[in-house]
Amino acid sequence: MRIVVQSDPFDFGAEAGEFAAGHHDMGAVVTFTGIVRGDGGLDRMEIEHYPGMTEKALEKIAGEARERWSLGDVLVIHRFGAMKPGEMIMMVATAAPHRKDAFEAAEYLMDYLKSRAPFWKQEFTADGSAWVAAKDEDEDALTRW
Amino acid sequence: MDVLYFAWVRERIGLPKERVETSATTVMELVEELRNREERYQAAFADLTALRVAIDQDLADFDAPLAGAREVAFFPPMTGG
Repeated sequence: MRIVVQSDPFDFGAEAGEFAAGHHDMGAVVTFTGIVRGDGGLDRMEIEHYPGMTEKALEKIAGEARERWSLGDVLVIHRFGAMKPGEMIMMVATAAPHRKDAFEAAEYLMDYLKSRAPFWKQEFTADGSAWVAAKDEDEDALTRW
Repeated sequence: MDVLYFAWVRERIGLPKERVETSATTVMELVEELRNREERYQAAFADLTALRVAIDQDLADFDAPLAGAREVAFFPPMTGG
């Protein structure tokens, strides 16, 4: 299990490749990547986080996923700081003997880290800046687990 | 204890962190003490349904006890991913 919180960009291909390699008993690897959308004239996004709690929360979420599904490995990389449209914000990867566990665990990780990991997004346009409001549907998504 | 603020809570209060000497026994009592300080705290704590709290880096409720807490953080609902 690897949890990384950093401001620098990450190399998705290299990370996914390294994660998928060397698992002789894992038949399935699922990856998800979140990318900054350039909607509404977005110039950049800035992500604030709570150093210390962020890592702790991500480890807890990943640990819960490992208890719930048969997983060989979990990777979470989440950036903070300023990002332009098209830049990758974060990725998760799950490795499991079979694809159902890998898919479900990846969705679980995404649902939980959206509303239980202490990150806050702020959008900057030519008109100014606004904090992104949490969506009810993101909170509702947790009830299915 | 250390009290931390994030995102628009930090902006409204005007600082990311401060040391607070308090006899509050619950988060709610601490909120009341802070509200009574100045207008900017009242603005930040106006609607508690729009806020989340963590005690020593674990999410907590507003009626949670503060006994032994070293760090309390207030912030809006999280928007990761």
